[in-house]
Amino acid sequence: MDTMSPAPLLICEHCDTVYRRIPLARGQVACCARCQFVLERHHRLGADGLLALTATAMVVFIQANIWPIVTLGLNGQQSSATLWGTIIAMWQQHAQVVSVLAAATLFFFPLMKMLLFGWVFWFARRGERGPGFRGVMIVLHYLRPWTMSEVFMLGVLVAIVKARAYFEVTADPGVFAYAALTVLITVFAGVDFRQLWDVTAERKP
Amino acid sequence: MNRLPRAAELGLIRCHVCALVCRDNQVAGAACPRCGARLHRRKSASYSRTAALLIAAFLLYIPANLLPIMRTASIGEMDDNTIISGVVELWVKGAPDLAVIVFTASIMVPMLKFLVLGLLLVCGKCGSNWAQHQRARLYRLVEFVGYWSMLDVFVVALLTALVRFGVFSSVEPLPGVVFFGLTVVLTMLASMSFDPRLIWDCGCDDE
Ligand SMILES: [Zn+2]
Ligand SMILES: [Zn+2]
Repeated sequence: MDTMSPAPLLICEHCDTVYRRIPLARGQVACCARCQFVLERHHRLGADGLLALTATAMVVFIQANIWPIVTLGLNGQQSSATLWGTIIAMWQQHAQVVSVLAAATLFFFPLMKMLLFGWVFWFARRGERGPGFRGVMIVLHYLRPWTMSEVFMLGVLVAIVKARAYFEVTADPGVFAYAALTVLITVFAGVDFRQLWDVTAERKP
Repeated sequence: MNRLPRAAELGLIRCHVCALVCRDNQVAGAACPRCGARLHRRKSASYSRTAALLIAAFLLYIPANLLPIMRTASIGEMDDNTIISGVVELWVKGAPDLAVIVFTASIMVPMLKFLVLGLLLVCGKCGSNWAQHQRARLYRLVEFVGYWSMLDVFVVALLTALVRFGVFSSVEPLPGVVFFGLTVVLTMLASMSFDPRLIWDCGCDDE
């Protein structure tokens, strides 16, 4: 019953096939022979690397949120928007549902994700589990599909092209912060944080 | 013995939260010893939940397409845009590549989700083991591209925030965009409540 790390067996999430776990070499990926789903991949980055990556993402995320994203000009008038300006504008224009969706998927969920990742990676550097590890890992599991910063990035590009027909459009630093954030998110997408369950142990009192 | 054993045959359960391999004690409501999540062999009521969410999403998808999603106003002129007219406008204004991307995200992806999840439900209910590999691949595609449909919602939100030049030019969101946002959320919930293991439950014909 009590399976200590590393667990000898592995079950495919998508088809329930059972495998004996084999140690992976650098860059190797284990795929399910029945359904080709990725069972496990070898991680180049250790907890230190992941912590650094999380910290970088945090800095970029803050910049992406406080810097204006785009500025429009019309007859000498200027108008610019930040992420929060966008969320508030939707609320004021009677699209509260959209406003809440945007606030959750573009601000609160990504922010929570980064803070919680930072928390677990910080302790994982010494192979430990910090206080609240279990709860944090469960929250991270459920948050996984609900962050959409990369979709917003594409949305910015589409909005720029649409606005260019009528206004002078200037891209502001926020756009570049979003572009950087998109790259970092792509790197993070390949990280299976569930391996932390296997590589960490409860702290000795 | 070339067959690949499945967890149920060996009396094992995979915890859906932490991926721990647990022994199946046949007790209802047994919890994972590592993370405390309730263990289940398959997602509960997968077919009915997925079907209900999919139907609800489809019902919202109709007004999302028929109703305008945003209004652009400039000096007395008003123009209401639907999802389709937004795509056409991009195409005409000389950005056909982006028009294709928006068309894919807003029209193709939701349609693909309705078709694929519908197909998976029907095949699963019939207990068919037809094209299992292709169905598994389709499910993963739907999971992977699903949230990109939010694209148009964010575009409308950004334009609303940006185009604020009073009487000269302004953009406001219209109800279509709310329906569309809800459609995307419901289709995401539908694909999450579908259990891909059901594809392989009607006898696997490997090798
Ligand atoms: Zn599999
Ligand atoms: Zn568990």
